[in-house]
Amino acid sequence: MRELQDLADALINGYADRVSKLTNELLETGVEPQTILNEGLIAGMTVVGEKMRTGEMYLPEVLQSASAMHASLKLLKPHLVKEGVESRGKILMGTVKGDMHDIGKNLVGIMLQGAGFELVDLGLNVPPQKFVEAIGMHQPAVVGLSAMLTTTMLNMKTTIEAINNAGLRSKVKIIIGGAPVSQKFADDIGADGYARDAVKAVDKVKELLAA
Amino acid sequence: MQHTVRERWRSLAVTNADELMFGRAPKPVTCGFGLKLGEGKVFPELNFTLPTMMLDETNWPSVVAQYRDIGEMIVRASQRLHLPGLMVEFELLPPMTERPEWGAEITHILNEALATAHHSYGLPCALRVTPTDIRDATRPPSLRTGEEWIVLQQSLRMCAKGGAHVLSIESIGGKEVNDEAMMYGDVTGVIFALGVLAPRDMAFLWGDIVKVCEECRIVPGGDSACGFANTAMQLASQGMVPEVFAAMIRAASAVRSLVAYEQGAYGPSKDCAYEGPIIKAMTGAPISMEGKSATCAHFSPVGNVAAAMCDLWSNESVQDIRLLSGSAPEAFLELLAYDCRLFNQALERGTEKMYQDLLVHSDMHLSPQALILSPESTLRIARAIVAEPTHYLQTIAAARESLTILREALLGGILPLSIKERRWLDRLERSLDELPEVEEDLLEAMKERYGHLFLPESYGL
Repeated sequence: MRELQDLADALINGYADRVSKLTNELLETGVEPQTILNEGLIAGMTVVGEKMRTGEMYLPEVLQSASAMHASLKLLKPHLVKEGVESRGKILMGTVKGDMHDIGKNLVGIMLQGAGFELVDLGLNVPPQKFVEAIGMHQPAVVGLSAMLTTTMLNMKTTIEAINNAGLRSKVKIIIGGAPVSQKFADDIGADGYARDAVKAVDKVKELLAA
Repeated sequence: MQHTVRERWRSLAVTNADELMFGRAPKPVTCGFGLKLGEGKVFPELNFTLPTMMLDETNWPSVVAQYRDIGEMIVRASQRLHLPGLMVEFELLPPMTERPEWGAEITHILNEALATAHHSYGLPCALRVTPTDIRDATRPPSLRTGEEWIVLQQSLRMCAKGGAHVLSIESIGGKEVNDEAMMYGDVTGVIFALGVLAPRDMAFLWGDIVKVCEECRIVPGGDSACGFANTAMQLASQGMVPEVFAAMIRAASAVRSLVAYEQGAYGPSKDCAYEGPIIKAMTGAPISMEGKSATCAHFSPVGNVAAAMCDLWSNESVQDIRLLSGSAPEAFLELLAYDCRLFNQALERGTEKMYQDLLVHSDMHLSPQALILSPESTLRIARAIVAEPTHYLQTIAAARESLTILREALLGGILPLSIKERRWLDRLERSLDELPEVEEDLLEAMKERYGHLFLPESYGL
C-alpha cells in the first residue's frame, strides 16, 4: 500500500509532523491500527536500524525517527488498546547495584522502543531485590542488565541468582551488556544472551523472543 | 554558597604554537616526593583498577592486599626501569568514595610505597588521588546538598589527609543534560550543559576542593571532561555520533575544565582530560595526557597527537590481571617508561619539535578529533576562549573555532570528510549561529526541554 510506504519513508527521514499527519489519514481511511504499526512504523524502524548498523545513519538521526514513531504511537495507542493488540514484548532494564553508568543502557532502551518493544527502565544502581519486585509487577519478557565496572559486573550474577531464588527465572530471558562483560561472562553467570552494542541488543532480544 | 572566581584568564600563558611542547610548562608544579612537572621532562603516570571481583566488606582484605601488591610492584619496577620520576594515580571506585575510610586506607598504602621508593633510591614521585563524583547516585542529581555531597567532601578530605599529593576529580555537573543532548545531536542542549550548567558546578565543587588542598598543603590538580567529551569520543568511535560533533564537544568542554583553575587548581590536569593542551595554553599548567598507551582502557583516534604537549603520560587505567610478562600494571608501566625515554631523549637532544611534529602529523589528517588537538589548533581554540567574557560565550567560541579549523582543513584538502560528516559540519555551524547572545535567553527553553533531567538549584539557578 503506497500510503504505508509513505509513512515508513517519513519515519526513516525523521519527519515527526508528517508521520503524525499520515497516521491520522490512514486511521481515517479505515486502515487497521495494527497494519499501520507493522507495515508503516515497524517497517520504517527496521530500515532505520539497518541503516545504523551499516553506518548510514548516526544515532541522533535514529532518535529523530524514534521520536516520530512515538508521536505516531500516541495516536495509535487508544486504537491498539481497544482492539487488544499487544506490544512486541515488554523489556525491563537497569544498571546493576553499585554502578552509576547509564548512557549505554539508555541507548539500548531507546533502540528497543524504536523497534516496537515496551520498556520499563529501573534506572541505575538497582539492587537485585528491586529487579525481582519489578519482574513480579511488570511481567516482562526480557530483563536487561547493564554494568560498566569490573567491580560491579559480578552484581549481574547476584541479580540473576536473586531472580532464580524468587522462582522467576523461567519466566524471563536475561541479557547483559557493558564494557567489561562478554559472551563468556554471560554464559558463566547463566544469562541468556550478551550484546556488545545497542543495535546488537535489539537483535538479541528479537532472537530470544523468537526462540 | 557562592564561590568567587579567583582568576579568569584574559590572555594566554603560551602564545606561540612552537612553545606548546611536551615536558615544558610555563608554570611548573612540584609535588609529592620532589616530582617536578613541566621543567623539561615527561614522566609516566600509572593508573590501575581492580580485576573482576566483588568490592564489599567481606572482600575488603583481598582488595587491600591487591593494592599492597601493586605498591610493591611500583617500588620494584620503578628502579628496574630507571624511571626519572613517577606519578601514580589512585582512582577510587564508587564504594571507596562512599566509605571514605576505604579510600583513605588505600591512599595511605600507595603513599607508603612511593615513600619507600623515594627514600630507598631517590625516585621523585607523587600520588594523585581521584575520588569518584558520587553525586549522580540519584536522578536528577542533587549536587549541592544531600548525603552524597557530604560523603564526597569527607572522601576528598580523608584522602588528602591520608597521603594524597594531588587531588583531582572527574566531575559530572551538567552531564545529565549533556548525555541526552548529545544523543539527540542537540547543539543548543550541549552548549547549555557545557557552558551554563557545568561551569557553575565546577565553580562550586572546585572552590571546595581547593580549600581542602590548601588546608592539607597539597596540590589541586584539575578536572576532566571525561563524562562529556570522552563519551562523545567513544560514541563517535562506534559510529553513533559524527566525529566532527565529538571534536566540537572536546573543544567546548575546555571551558568547564578551565573553571577548576579559575578556582585555584594549578595542575597537573587529569590524564583523560584530552582538552588538557587547551588548558595548558591558557593557564601554563602542566598536563597529563593519554593515548596510544592507554588502549588497555579504551581506543581513540588521537593516540599520538595526544602526546604532543603532555607533561605526564598515562595509561588511563588497566585491570590488575596477570599477563605473560607479569602484572598488567607493571607491563603498562614499562610501556609508559619507554614512551617517556623517547620524549626525554628528544628534549635532551633539542629534537623535540621534530618528534612533536611526527606525533601530530601522524594523526591529524585522519580524524577531526586529532586535528583540533594539534598545537596550532589548540592555540586557536584557547585564544577564542580567552577573548570572551563569560563561560557561556567562551563555550560557544571554542565550539565555533573548532568547526572553523575543521572547515578550513576540509577546504584545504588536508582533512578528508565523508559526505555524512560534511552534512553534520554544516548542521553544527548553523546550530551555533542560532544560539542566543546571552544565556538567560536560553534558560527557559532549556528548562522546558531538559527540566526533567536537572535541578536548577544544583546550579544556583
